[in-house]
Amino acid sequence: MTATPLVQLARPSRPARPPVALTIDGQSCTVEEGTTILQAARSLGKEIPTLCYLETLEPVNACRLCVVEIEGARVLAPACSRAVEGGMKVLTASARVRHSRRLVLELLASSVDLSTAPGLAELIDEYGAQPARFGESAPPSNDGVRDASIPGHHVVAAPGTAATVAQPVKVDNELYVRDYAKCILCYKCVEACGPDHQNTFAIAVAGRGFDARISTEFAVPLPGSACVYCGNCIAVCPTGALMATSEHELRAAGAWKPEVQQTTDTICPYCGVGCTLSLHVQDNVIVKATSPLENDITLGNLCVKGRFGWQFVQPKDAAAGEGRD
Amino acid sequence: MDIRHIDAEPTAAERDAIDALLGPPASSWDGGERGSERDAHTAVGGAAAREQRHLLVPALQALQQRIGWISEGGMGYVCRRLSVPPAEAWGVATFYALLATAPRAKRVLHVCDDIACRNRGAHAIEHELERTCGAAIAAEPRGERVALGEGDVAWMHSPCLGMCDHAPAALYTEAGESPREVLLGNVTPSSAVHALTRHDPGLDSSGTAVLPQRGDPALVLLARCGTVDPTSLDAYRTAGGFEALARARAKGAEWVIAQLNDARLVGRGGAAFPTGRKWEAVRARPETPHYLVCNADESEPGTFKDRVLLTQDPFAIVEAMTIAGFATGCNVGFLYVRAEYPLAAVRVQNAIDACTAAQLLGDFRIEIRRGAGAYICGEETALFESIEGKRGEPRSKPPFPVHVGLFGKPTVVNNVETLANVLPIVRLGGAAYAATGSQGSTGTRLFCLSGAVSRPGVYEVPFGTMLRDLLAMAGATEPTAILLGGAAGTFVRGDEIDLPLTLEDARAAGTTLGSGVVMVCGPGDDLHDMVRRIAGFFRDESCGQCVPCRVGTVRQEEALHRIAAGKTLGGVAAELALLDDVGVAMRDASICGLGQTAYSAVESAIKRLRLYEEVGR
Ligand code: SF4
Ligand code: SF4
Ligand code: SF4
Ligand code: FES
Repeated sequence: MTATPLVQLARPSRPARPPVALTIDGQSCTVEEGTTILQAARSLGKEIPTLCYLETLEPVNACRLCVVEIEGARVLAPACSRAVEGGMKVLTASARVRHSRRLVLELLASSVDLSTAPGLAELIDEYGAQPARFGESAPPSNDGVRDASIPGHHVVAAPGTAATVAQPVKVDNELYVRDYAKCILCYKCVEACGPDHQNTFAIAVAGRGFDARISTEFAVPLPGSACVYCGNCIAVCPTGALMATSEHELRAAGAWKPEVQQTTDTICPYCGVGCTLSLHVQDNVIVKATSPLENDITLGNLCVKGRFGWQFVQPKDAAAGEGRD
Repeated sequence: MDIRHIDAEPTAAERDAIDALLGPPASSWDGGERGSERDAHTAVGGAAAREQRHLLVPALQALQQRIGWISEGGMGYVCRRLSVPPAEAWGVATFYALLATAPRAKRVLHVCDDIACRNRGAHAIEHELERTCGAAIAAEPRGERVALGEGDVAWMHSPCLGMCDHAPAALYTEAGESPREVLLGNVTPSSAVHALTRHDPGLDSSGTAVLPQRGDPALVLLARCGTVDPTSLDAYRTAGGFEALARARAKGAEWVIAQLNDARLVGRGGAAFPTGRKWEAVRARPETPHYLVCNADESEPGTFKDRVLLTQDPFAIVEAMTIAGFATGCNVGFLYVRAEYPLAAVRVQNAIDACTAAQLLGDFRIEIRRGAGAYICGEETALFESIEGKRGEPRSKPPFPVHVGLFGKPTVVNNVETLANVLPIVRLGGAAYAATGSQGSTGTRLFCLSGAVSRPGVYEVPFGTMLRDLLAMAGATEPTAILLGGAAGTFVRGDEIDLPLTLEDARAAGTTLGSGVVMVCGPGDDLHDMVRRIAGFFRDESCGQCVPCRVGTVRQEEALHRIAAGKTLGGVAAELALLDDVGVAMRDASICGLGQTAYSAVESAIKRLRLYEEVGR
């Protein structure tokens, strides 16, 4: 994750706001009013881990990984969204802070498959999180069972096992898959599909509590939903729960090799918007298309053509690992 | 926004139910027949329709009440009428426990098996229903639904219905053209089966409050309860009603707020924030409009005082809300009453109508919004979201409601009991009011006594009354433990009853008065079971937004079940350490009060009652 407040690149400049002085881990700093603790910390070169935060989206402060201690406050505060106040004394790595972060990681890793979430294994190590302490994972649920859960009603996992969100992958269209066993419910895809970027509103958070999940209306398959396959949800998903079919299939075949992939930036050939396209190429085959988050035209977004419409430059099924000699 | 709507058509009954709420559709743009004049060249909907978003929950409730569940066609029609994307409406519909999104029987009995009722016969009712009507509607974690509840009648478990003074309790709901919702107390296995299978629940008993102090001249907040007809405006006025409003208007808004400050009134919902300061802050905000919200979403297990006030003294709440609106510059007040209190909603609506007809409210308007089965909506910002037609997910604070509240405007939120205190303060003056109680806790307080007591009910006593004396009034002879403040509160031991009931003494003793719950556990009560039920409650009621609470409440409940099953991971001490690890993170890192207090009762059972020591040996 980069340290630049990306979203500001895309917005017209605004009048400077009054300065606010605070200390972070004993270091003084002065930032503009309205700056978040996270931005202030980054200005001092301090990294605070985040999961549900993304520079191009409205903070939902749901994951609570970024919590920090503010002297005198009863509870910890989310650095990603809490604005600085004059005289604030912030601690970003106190014992209390590290405890909550470790627990957030343990709770997530014990209930969600984080195997394709970049950077999480390192964080789990760094915080000494032990997700296995809650018992072995309860058996996964069958397809559709979580979608049919009833708010306010639950069954406790068999003693000794830990409930998880494990369930079969939803493969209901040719372009991308939804593997909600990997979903940490960060709300990013909902924001990207909805008011922050795409304004399509094909998905929303449904259900409640541990049974909360990302869903279309009545959990209909994507082709029956409002989805326009822009894939902007895939672009923001921090865990790989949403994944282009090309990548999903290569991974399933054990043929996904990020270390040999090359990324080439070009301009989408389809229309006059001229989105910047990053083509991820593995063994001479395009396996994925993205747009750089920090690109001030796209903010990482594309439409269905730019995201998925590049099969014509290579043999059919090339991305799935066939058609190569 | 360009919404892709659901193709399925509503049935005639579904269309009727929605049109009865929203009026007929204007054109095919919002779900009407094609060919009307407005169809020709204009597009309607857009911003105007989206401003109706706050009607989403009432519209879904209309379907629920008419049909018994929310179908694709029905929800699709609601989405067209209100310009709501179907996925969002689905997110809302699946959030609330009393909305069904799969076919369900028209008649459902919701049987309370929460902490008060489970010790007073709930299980016998459930066994009898299981035997005669089949398994409860529930979801199974891996397989198919245990019971779809598609037959004529069905039943399900329910969290606390706010009827602990009449335990065991149940809520009967019947969908149809004349839907019925009846809250039942003192239910027996046979009366439950009768209500359901004969479609004959009898009369709602939530208004027939057990009022052990009825007629006591010392009562202030409960003075009219049980003695003045709650359905008659004349009776209320004869008993001195609307004198406070007249006085407030004569003296002016600043005077009213000064009285609240002199009275040192603090909120009775649990957070104990100074009411005068809140009112002052909203009054001073330049943005308009200002909103008033009366929080009647009383859902804390063990709490039923607001139910008594709303059903027994509804005019007082209307009068107090009008004073609050006057003092804080609000033209509209919303009263958000929990779904499980149908009679309270009827009585308050009746009071509003009568007062409006008598032109007593001036240009102040009160709208009732009914919850749909979600404890979290008692959290003030979740309540705003719910009124706005969204999932009841708490917002992060700051900004606080006095700055950015309902519909983004300055909002004053007060709990029912807090508002009830406004009337005596305006009548007596703040200083005289503050003569009762202690320095830090002025006035009287309502306590909800239930559990192992011979005279359960709502009691009004001055702050500072000893817990021992309150227990004696209710006839608690052998308390082994007392749950103070509800599921979000703490247990105290049976030998800790020499506690003056003030906010400051409770705090010093490491407990809380919270919402006024005093639930007594007797020698026959299974405390372990109660603690597990509390943990299950929080798992059910977490909104699911933040990780510490969404997963933490699950891990907490699992650990308690492991202890109960003798299948600990590394011994009881290790489980208690794990519970503490999870609990501290929930308290420190959760967004809202639900997660922050989800460990509170469990922790007190561990550290105060030392409940798990004998298990450990
Ligand atoms: S699918 Fe991905 S982006 Fe969406 S909520 Fe889950 S983890 Fe976040
Ligand atoms: S990605 Fe879509 S919007 Fe962007 S240039 Fe290509 S076709 Fe146009
Ligand atoms: S603490 Fe629980 S109820 Fe509150 S916002 Fe978080 S998940 Fe929702
Ligand atoms: S990154 Fe701040 S709460 Fe998730």
